[in-house]
Amino acid sequence: MRHIISVLMENEPGALSRVVGLFSQRNFNIESLTVAPTEDETLSRLTVTTIGDDRVIEQITKQLNKLIDVVKVVDLSEGDHIERELMMIKFKANGQMRAEIKRTADIFRGQIIDITPNTYTVQLVGSSEKLDAFITSLGNTCIMEVVRSGVSGISRGEKVLAV
Amino acid sequence: MELLSGAEMVVRALRDEGVKYIYGYPGGALLHVYDALFQQNEVEHVLVRHEQAATHMADAYARATGKAGVALVTSGPGATNAVTGIATAYMDSIPMVVITGQVMSFLIGEDAFQETDMLGISRPIVKHNFSVTRAEDIPSIIKKAFYIAQTGRPGPVVIDIPKDMTAPTERFPYEYPKSVKLRSYSPVTKGHSGQIRKAVDMLLAAKRPMIYTGGGVIMGDASRELIELAHLLNYPVTNTLMGLGGFPGTDGQFVGMLGMHGSYEANMAMHHSDLILAVGARFDDRVTNGVDKFCPTARIVHIDIDPASISKTIQADVPIVGPAKVVLDDMIQLVKESKKRPDAEAIAAWWKQIDEWRARHGGRYRTDDSELMKPQQVIEMLCKVTEGDAYVCSDVGQHQMFAAQYYKYNKPNRWINSGGLGTMGFGLPAAMGVKMNFPNEEVVCVTGEGSIQMNIQELSTCKQYDIPVKIICLNNQSLGMVRQWQDMNYESRHSQSYMNSLPDFVKLVESYGHVGIKVTKYSELESAMREAFAMKDRLVFMDIMVDPFEHVYPMQVPRGSMRDMWLSKTERT
Ligand SMILES: Cc1cc2nc3c(=O)[nH]c(=O)nc-3n(C[C@H](O)[C@H](O)[C@H](O)COP(=O)(O)OP(=O)(O)OC[C@H]3O[C@@H](n4cnc5c(N)ncnc54)[C@H](O)[C@@H]3O)c2cc1C
Ligand SMILES: Cc1ncc(C[n+]2csc(CCOP(=O)(O)OP(=O)(O)O)c2C)c(N)n1
Repeated sequence: MRHIISVLMENEPGALSRVVGLFSQRNFNIESLTVAPTEDETLSRLTVTTIGDDRVIEQITKQLNKLIDVVKVVDLSEGDHIERELMMIKFKANGQMRAEIKRTADIFRGQIIDITPNTYTVQLVGSSEKLDAFITSLGNTCIMEVVRSGVSGISRGEKVLAV
Repeated sequence: MELLSGAEMVVRALRDEGVKYIYGYPGGALLHVYDALFQQNEVEHVLVRHEQAATHMADAYARATGKAGVALVTSGPGATNAVTGIATAYMDSIPMVVITGQVMSFLIGEDAFQETDMLGISRPIVKHNFSVTRAEDIPSIIKKAFYIAQTGRPGPVVIDIPKDMTAPTERFPYEYPKSVKLRSYSPVTKGHSGQIRKAVDMLLAAKRPMIYTGGGVIMGDASRELIELAHLLNYPVTNTLMGLGGFPGTDGQFVGMLGMHGSYEANMAMHHSDLILAVGARFDDRVTNGVDKFCPTARIVHIDIDPASISKTIQADVPIVGPAKVVLDDMIQLVKESKKRPDAEAIAAWWKQIDEWRARHGGRYRTDDSELMKPQQVIEMLCKVTEGDAYVCSDVGQHQMFAAQYYKYNKPNRWINSGGLGTMGFGLPAAMGVKMNFPNEEVVCVTGEGSIQMNIQELSTCKQYDIPVKIICLNNQSLGMVRQWQDMNYESRHSQSYMNSLPDFVKLVESYGHVGIKVTKYSELESAMREAFAMKDRLVFMDIMVDPFEHVYPMQVPRGSMRDMWLSKTERT
């Protein structure tokens, strides 16, 4: 099953490589990975999406917790949570495709963030599934470039991941 | 406050940490540190002949005392030579602090002379590593390194110090921190009381219980508690290779080592048990054999300080995260307070069954009429001559298994070997590290003619520092453990497992200034060994010719259950 694991860690050089290294060393899979500093500049927050059975996910969280630079770990998928991913996607936009792309982007609540006579660049935010659906609905033929941020997540309600 | 340079702070911090010996080898990146070492006489430096040996010496000191050993190596090749030793300590959860020199900080990343990314190289084989980016941080980093290495699940810590951080021209106020606190690291100090209660109820209700303990009892200083609990309950105890000595080898409740080369009775008892109390042991694949067939009728209580060791390979029914010493102590109290007693009838029947297994195999090996010695006989003789009280430091191979099976360890921290990584070349430097710190104890290196040649240059270090260890070389003229697998799985095609052109070990050790004794007949073994051990202040190398065709038994059948074993070349369970 797919899990979203959020990690709060020391904002220090080397911390990220420890996390990434752990995944390859222990043969855990990484689907996507995002990392950025938090409001507390000594901490950064990393979100990793991974796939594994319960035993593997349990090992992932335990092994992450063992890293000295890791302050807290939570498997967001265990509770109610919101996941978002940002995508920028550049289309070859000629003739009737121009209108088609605009219409589809509107349906998905995407924004056109760059225009040239031959291209459109669309920005879309949502769950990974929604981004996939957007790509599928327009087909592959007119896509020139896709950039995805990887998944970030947060728990619903009062629950927070903080020190 | 005193002003010290970075180099002086390194040495002073080690002194303030209570370090007596550091093991190392100098080089460009460390010259400032070596100069600071020269100008004091509180921390003694031991000059090895290869950096790998420095790490093994530090590691063995830790295995014998529970305190972190210290190695000091230069950047580049010095650091990479230390890698095997760091990995060896990591795999066996041994506390160690390794200080590596590094090129000047402003040269890092420029492929400077003798630059290697030691943080990157060591990352998967350390508990943690540090790079010094401000000289004034040196005392606090060293303090943290010892704290991390020695607490929780112990492990090696690397501190990488760029040369400019140790420059004698820059001085800083020095103070060694009294304590450290890390918000992201707080090892558990107690087990969950509800879980412990549940575990004790299960223990007292068991009909075929087994206590299976490992290196966590040794490094966690929990031997006394283990013995008390086991005696209170009269339950059988088995140890992993790393756990030997945690429970006395001559105690009637000890059923031997378990696992791939475990005793027949230990493996049979594990397979048939209904409750396993695992303490500081990590269900290694050399113990469990095929995990899907592992102990089908047993429920499992698992005590470990590292939650990641629990349910990693075998699912635990009652996980208890905590230090073995404290958790076992809680269990002892609960057993004493409980109105329930173990089921006497069931336990008696269980012991009857175990004694039958003991009688059936019980550590048998065949001696034939020829004068050719069996390696097992040599170890039994060693145990007799040293009265079972020596520190035995082993290399890796068949001789290691014989030393584990036939020497009876009655105290913890005296059986010192590389189990997780299985590092050939560990034995001699390990024995040296122990002997330097326990000069009045008998310290033995059990080795093979293959392993000893991996760090034989250390005979020179032994001369320089007068380290009179006794080396027992079981010379079977082959890489015996490899040959055994080739005999069993490759129709005896002995690909590269024969050691040709062996040196004359007696002459070799003599050229290093030591004593060599060659033994070819069993009838001469005892007197030769007594003669060797009588030379208290000399290093003696005993080159003992043993049967080159002997195998280690029992040996579990690959991917079978614990009870599937070869008992000799022809007998199988
Ligand atoms: C040639 C060869 C053959 C081998 N054959 C065998 C064999 O037949 N049988 C065998 O057993 N091994 C064998 N081994 C060794 C094997 O590879 C493993 O190293 C060994 O089984 C691991 O021992 P352990 O489970 O005690 O764990 P260790 O590696 O000693 O780990 C200790 C465990 O205790 C925990 N711990 C540490 N401190 C504490 C504390 N204070 N409180 C609680 N828990 C703590 C740690 O978290 C860890 O989980 C062999 C090795 C070689 C080289
Ligand atoms: C550094 C290293 N290289 C290779 C091995 C693989 N290996 C395990 S046992 C063994 C043979 C050891 O031979 P020897 O030291 O003569 O001991 P014996 O088995 O003959 O008692 C080898 C090559 C190892 N464990 N370590």
